[in-house]
Amino acid sequence: MNVSYNWLNEYVDLTGVTPQALAEKITKAGIEVEHVTFLGEGIRDVVVGYVESCDRHPNADKLNVCQVNIGAEENVQIICGAPNVAAGQKVVVAKVGAVLPGNFKIKKAKLRGEVSQGMICSLQELGIEDKFVPKEFAHGIYVLEEEAEVGADALPYLNLDDYVLELDILPNSAHCLNMIGVAYEVAAILDREIQLPTPEFVETAVDVTAKITVQVDAPEKVPFYGVRVIEGVKVGPSPQWLQNKLIAAGVRPISNIVDIANFVMLEYGQPLHTFDYDTFASDKVVVRHAENGEKLTTLDDAERTLTAEDLVITNGKAPVAVAGVMGGADSEVTDKTTTILLEAAIFDGASIRQTSSRLGLRTDASSRYEKGIDRNRVAGAADRAAELISELAGGQVLKGFTHVGEPEVPDRVITMPWQKINAVLGTTFSSDEILSVFRRLRFAAKVEGDGLQVAVPARRPDVTIPEDLVEEVGRTYGYDHVPATLPEGSGTTGILTDYQLKRRRVQRYMEGAGLYQAVTYSLTTEEKVKSVTTIDEASYQPIPLAMPMSEERSVLRLSLIPALLEITQYHLNRQMPDVKLFELGKGFYSKEERLTQLPEEREQLAVVLTGSWQSAGWHAQAEPIDFFVAKGILEGLFNTLDLTERISYQAAQREGLHPGRTANVLLDQEVIGFVGQLHPNLQSQLDLKETYVFELDIEQVLHAENETLRYIALPRYPAISRDIALVVDEQVASGELIKVIKENGAPLLKEVKLFDIYQGESLGAGKKSMAYALKYLDPDKTLTDKEVEKVHTKVLTALEAELGAVLRG
Amino acid sequence: MKDKLEALKEEALAAVQTASEPKQLQDVKVKYLGKKGPITEVLRGMGKLSAEERPVIGQLANDVREAIQSAITEKVEALEKKKIEERLASEAVDVTLPGRMVQQGNHHPLTAVIEEIEDLFIGMGFSIAEGPEVEKDYYNFEALNLPKDHPARDMQDSFYITEDILLRTHTSPVQARTMEKHHGQGPVKIICPGKVYRRDTDDATHSHQFMQIEGLYVDKNVRLSDLKGTLTVFAKKMFGEDRHIRLRPSFFPFTEPSVEMDISCFRCGGEGCSVCKGTGWIEILGSGMIHPNVLRMSGFDPEVYTGFAFGMGPERIAMLKYGIDDIRHFYTNDQRFLEQFKRA
Ligand SMILES: [Zn+2]
Repeated sequence: MNVSYNWLNEYVDLTGVTPQALAEKITKAGIEVEHVTFLGEGIRDVVVGYVESCDRHPNADKLNVCQVNIGAEENVQIICGAPNVAAGQKVVVAKVGAVLPGNFKIKKAKLRGEVSQGMICSLQELGIEDKFVPKEFAHGIYVLEEEAEVGADALPYLNLDDYVLELDILPNSAHCLNMIGVAYEVAAILDREIQLPTPEFVETAVDVTAKITVQVDAPEKVPFYGVRVIEGVKVGPSPQWLQNKLIAAGVRPISNIVDIANFVMLEYGQPLHTFDYDTFASDKVVVRHAENGEKLTTLDDAERTLTAEDLVITNGKAPVAVAGVMGGADSEVTDKTTTILLEAAIFDGASIRQTSSRLGLRTDASSRYEKGIDRNRVAGAADRAAELISELAGGQVLKGFTHVGEPEVPDRVITMPWQKINAVLGTTFSSDEILSVFRRLRFAAKVEGDGLQVAVPARRPDVTIPEDLVEEVGRTYGYDHVPATLPEGSGTTGILTDYQLKRRRVQRYMEGAGLYQAVTYSLTTEEKVKSVTTIDEASYQPIPLAMPMSEERSVLRLSLIPALLEITQYHLNRQMPDVKLFELGKGFYSKEERLTQLPEEREQLAVVLTGSWQSAGWHAQAEPIDFFVAKGILEGLFNTLDLTERISYQAAQREGLHPGRTANVLLDQEVIGFVGQLHPNLQSQLDLKETYVFELDIEQVLHAENETLRYIALPRYPAISRDIALVVDEQVASGELIKVIKENGAPLLKEVKLFDIYQGESLGAGKKSMAYALKYLDPDKTLTDKEVEKVHTKVLTALEAELGAVLRG
Repeated sequence: MKDKLEALKEEALAAVQTASEPKQLQDVKVKYLGKKGPITEVLRGMGKLSAEERPVIGQLANDVREAIQSAITEKVEALEKKKIEERLASEAVDVTLPGRMVQQGNHHPLTAVIEEIEDLFIGMGFSIAEGPEVEKDYYNFEALNLPKDHPARDMQDSFYITEDILLRTHTSPVQARTMEKHHGQGPVKIICPGKVYRRDTDDATHSHQFMQIEGLYVDKNVRLSDLKGTLTVFAKKMFGEDRHIRLRPSFFPFTEPSVEMDISCFRCGGEGCSVCKGTGWIEILGSGMIHPNVLRMSGFDPEVYTGFAFGMGPERIAMLKYGIDDIRHFYTNDQRFLEQFKRA
């Protein structure tokens, strides 16, 4: 809402309050003033001139040589190219030495041999935006009214000495979407008197009902509908003062009738609609629901197809307007219009909102209905429009305002214990201090005993419950009056849950392991989701948005890896070959084709690694990242969480991953993640180098309960070590060998560790040698060689029997 | 005899002095102090001496012995020390060469800010509640006093999946869910961090996905002044002890009254600068007293309970705190950007 300071001054005396100070006070009271603009910004030395004569330039067809009286001793000669300049006009003259917006300085000039001492201005040259310039002046100079005084400062005539306060209207401040509402607000803030318009006009003897009757078929959505008829109207341009006010408010002047309707809407907040009575072609207004498929061409020349949800104004036969949104083209007021049918009505906001959003047609009227208007101002607004039409367009107002519904509703009475205000705010206002707030707001209020009773007028639809009254008191006094205290209530213990605590440890571990934490978008493309595996590959399809803003962000991710790969590309493209990233974030999983329930959300831990693990230095060779770096990070993580014993790895085939370098990660035999190299095809498709990834369902990992932590006595007897080198077929996995060793070595076997792998001709083709160090220990006594030998032999026998492993000689 | 002993002593000490190897010292020891050595010989000849002379010479011989012995010991130690010194000198390294540093990564700046805020409120007795990012319209809007067709829904255009399921536009649904679980029994004292989504085109100041932290405190006799006090603690801990806060009236459908919190500018201290756009104040968060409809819908009796709620954006706080100029940096994840926040 753009509020003109000069206009507001007509309702509330603003003496002693500068526009800036006013803006600050309004902001502090809860309606943010986003900008204060001086309309004459950058203009200097612009005066009213009178064009004494205007002749064709001798050397240029399109230029005129004007002699202009600017109140000085001598006329000045100004060369003007505007097509509409003519002798006898009062115009705006920028004198030599004047400055116009954009720091445009006017200098004495010669145009095709003729001297020009200044410039006759268009509105655009005075800084008024094209869209607010009346059509008749859109392509030429602006012509002032006769009354303008030659030689005087031109700015006041154009209201360019005004300031505009731009108010940010939130849903609870819709009462400030009109000048009267702002006046009430400012009168309360400044604690000053308010002067409201009191429309006066003469009505003819003929009753309006002779011309029109009103029928409302949808009273639940149309609590009030009224019309006036004004005859003998002459449509033409509006007077200067009206145009100025509209321009300051950001509305383009069109013609007197349209301008008056807009003016009254700005002043009262009541949307009005004017029909040409003759093209309306009926003596009856019927307000009803549209029929499904019913069509209407609106003022913007678009054909609208309506539904039974929409409200329409009809002439008893066909729709002539979409109620509260936009009028129809057929009954539009034109230059030829002589009789005006003026509508002032109240429509249900929710219904208007539905229609306007379905039609994609948001108008000043519809948005006001949506946000709520003063239910009691409808008749006053019709009167104000009638007054102005008779005054400015020479109309005769027929007698009466024929209507259906109550033009006024009673005040809303709210009662509450007055001390509740202090209890909620933590303040110590007296009942008198509280009452003075309501006096300033012009709400009738009284305190009786403990009780406070406040009658809230209809202009404040946002005030409905006791808490709203608390807010009115708080914001009127200002929250600087509220002290800062700390809660006195029952004590609570702030603590991280076990899960949250462990999650932080995972983060710290990943950081310590040399990885950078990334945060990426949850929305991505279906193609990216499908490019790489997810933990549970078979079960899920990505969930699509109903109306994505772009293809790039159209489905919810399953895995975090595609986004991390994008970051990897970003780094490679910028000559940063080493990328080490992790992310903790959710994947979204549903098996439903179309969601009826919320999807399952599970936190994932993903890692992407490429380049060097250890960069080359004076003491070391560069160490490229390989499968075992990625796996090593995983092992360290499980070790941190003390889950190592419950984790195993199995070779696996997965979408987008290298078939020979991928493993499933299992927790207690259940797959909870994977680790592997990106498939070389995908790597080259994405322009990546050798890249390793892993992803874990970290929720499952963190929810895996550990046994209660208990100290185990340190060994008091020495352990006995045995190293073995086993020759096996190449295909035998180390994991299998270890499994057999552990199963058969229990319970004396405490540790088994791979320390060498060898392949060579001496072993024969297809064979390898795997060397392990085994450690046996009995916590209760010193082991004898004989006891160890017994277990060790059992291990070796099993290895040979189950995996064909023989001791290397 | 006396002279002979003195001469022996001089001779032996000179031999010790010139020795440069432990082996030479061993030879000196054998030569002078050995059983067949000259001092032993002197002692053996003592029988020829008078009773008065005997103890004197005996004493002298012992002194000479001891002097030689201790000279040898000293010299052995000196030689050993020298040998160690030489070895250590040969082992010296250039201490200015880089060490074998354990490569560290670091946390995302948003994690840093969120954990800092979490810890601050944990210290004030708040717990951390989390909830789904894909939400029901009911929890995201209706339970927060935003019925369908409420004009305030325009304030946050949302990504819908179906008519009733959407990406949450704020973390407030977690508040509604948590209150519901309390079955009308206070206190509820939580903060809810997490990702939220709105239909915004990504640019320097907008992001379709961003973080939010909301706080909620429901109990008997909670006052707006308690909100002011709690937020003052937060502002001072987060932005510096000399910060002031101010509350301005505002509007949110889920609170009544609603207030916006500003802090005095930490750059200029309130005089006006580019950070605070010349106002001396910086807008930090929105808050207010929980609307009775919200309490009621979540099972709390607004006649018995009151509460406050607040919500803030970690991106905005990080941008202010560290002078980051573009919100997209948080989601680009350039390692050179991330690395700068290791001590955040
Ligand atoms: Zn500042």
